[in-house]
Amino acid sequence: MIYSPIAVALVALSALAVATFPRSVLVFLLFQGSLLFVFKARIPERLRWGLLAIALLVLMPTIGYFNSYYLEVATQVGIFVALALGLNIVVGLAGLLDLGYVAFFAVGAYSWAIFGSPHANIIFGGEAFPLAGWWFYVFLFVGLGTAAVTGILLGLPVLRLHGDYLAIVTLGFGEVIRVLANNLDKPINFTNGPKGITPISRPPTPFGLPYGEYFYFLALLIVVAVIIVNRRLEDSHIGRAWEAIREDELAARAMGVPLVRMKLMAFACGASFAGVMGVLFSAKQVFINPESFTFLESIGVLAMVILGGMGSIPGAIVGATVVTVLNLQVLKGFSLWLNELKNAGVTIFGFSLADLPTQFEPAKYERMVFGIILVLMMIFRPQGIFPARRRQRELAS
Amino acid sequence: MPSLFEARGVTKRFGGLTALHGVDLAVDRGIASIIGPNGAGKTTLFNIFTGLYAADEGSVTFRDQALLGLRPDQITALGICRTFQNIRLFANMTAIENVLVGMNSRITLRLWDVLTRNPGFHRTESELAARAVGLLDRVGLQATANVVARNLPYGDRRRLELARALASEPALLLLDEPTAGMTQGEASALMHLLRGLVADLHLAIILIEHNMRVVMEVSDRVTVLDHGEKIAEGAPREVQSNERVIEAYLGKRGAGPRARSGA
Repeated sequence: MIYSPIAVALVALSALAVATFPRSVLVFLLFQGSLLFVFKARIPERLRWGLLAIALLVLMPTIGYFNSYYLEVATQVGIFVALALGLNIVVGLAGLLDLGYVAFFAVGAYSWAIFGSPHANIIFGGEAFPLAGWWFYVFLFVGLGTAAVTGILLGLPVLRLHGDYLAIVTLGFGEVIRVLANNLDKPINFTNGPKGITPISRPPTPFGLPYGEYFYFLALLIVVAVIIVNRRLEDSHIGRAWEAIREDELAARAMGVPLVRMKLMAFACGASFAGVMGVLFSAKQVFINPESFTFLESIGVLAMVILGGMGSIPGAIVGATVVTVLNLQVLKGFSLWLNELKNAGVTIFGFSLADLPTQFEPAKYERMVFGIILVLMMIFRPQGIFPARRRQRELAS
Repeated sequence: MPSLFEARGVTKRFGGLTALHGVDLAVDRGIASIIGPNGAGKTTLFNIFTGLYAADEGSVTFRDQALLGLRPDQITALGICRTFQNIRLFANMTAIENVLVGMNSRITLRLWDVLTRNPGFHRTESELAARAVGLLDRVGLQATANVVARNLPYGDRRRLELARALASEPALLLLDEPTAGMTQGEASALMHLLRGLVADLHLAIILIEHNMRVVMEVSDRVTVLDHGEKIAEGAPREVQSNERVIEAYLGKRGAGPRARSGA
């Protein structure tokens, strides 16, 4: 019971602190940490969800009003949470290692980018495009469907592959999609090549909401929907069949699990989440080009799933949050801070930081620090932050 | 009237090795055992019956339906299920989840039902759970329903595999050395259980077994394989005194103990 007041106090104080120091990264991290505490602490369920709802629906947009960059971070977190949850189905539940997952995100993004911008006029001729803003909502579902179909198309040729072989083929598939996006500007200009597509229409916002807040709320809504879908799938015969395939494919087949259908379903479900978020991403960014869909992005999402704990929904959520915040805030903030020290001419143990060669600039080590964190994590907690726990059933005896 | 399950002239070659050569087998009811030395082709036969291997020649019918060429899940849906020689449970799932996976071919829910959680979904799920508990009860694992399979003791894992196979409501059960690694007492208890299943569920069972005491005690018919060929078939007593069977297990009379060492 002692945790309840602590949770309330933590959230309230950290929110207050963010309002007082809207520029401090540390304080914003404290706010995020307090949400993590609320998420895991032993407090009544009602209080937990109430606090999280207040924090995400009221406090976060308010913070964003003072510092729009934080809202941008939160929206990015939302996008990556959905991606991690989608990949979690494929990798975590069904055990199919997919190294080209970002391809589905690209498919969703390009489906709205092409039709939601004047670019489609080049393909079809005439002046019919861009489509009106409200089509965006239709395209959320179009992106979902297109990505799901792409997932099935990827799934068909790789059905017989396992482990390393599957990973290599999916890696290739991810690259194929990116290279297609890069080169499909001739003979018919579908993607405008490396120059990318812009301007992409945005939907009209309700209640005159600013776009920052609008995309934050939309991302939050989609994430909630994705979590619900994910939980329902996991806790059904479909989820059990996926896990059976992961545990022992041969035994699963012998027990009556239709392997082809279940694998394709896993690819399609995982891909569809990425497709929806791709549509949102392209509208939010207004501009997309193939650079947003590199192999490194696929690896990043995989790192989120593994860091959080494979096959675990809370794990995927927390993993995505940690990695995104680490990349967008902590490592960048660290770099900025050291640069400030350098510019101020601070000396440590008689060594002036200003003499530090540019090769040692921390900004250049973001990836390395991230890599070290991943390695340490795999050594000391290989099961992830929140490993999957088996559901304990209440059994009437 | 044709038998419930009938295999005719089943032949399987792995490269130059003929693992099975024209094996016939018919099962109607009760427990039919397959015995034979290691490498005789017993497990290969099971793999063909359950669609994991494709046979090179021959035919297999179950309730007048041809099985060869069907997928494993289709064969399971028709009513044939098996266990494995080297227990293949879903190690990181709980006992009851293992049994629930076994029911997969009997579930008619669609993706839409799962996503909307409609009343049909809830009804089916609770029915499945109740049946799973019943099956665990039957094999004596009711207390460990929520234990992850990997953490179960060896004998329990064997029995869980049996419960998982029963979950698909088979008419024919293929058991691959179910008593391997069990004490004589555990083996007897398992055989008692199998006898009960045959009586209650009108199951037919094909049993691969090395424990001769078990085989002779429980089988209605015994088939002996050696080097991929059927060398004897009949009631346990007949087979026991068959010259070729004794030869296959112990070597030729008077030829010395090392006569078969090249095999």
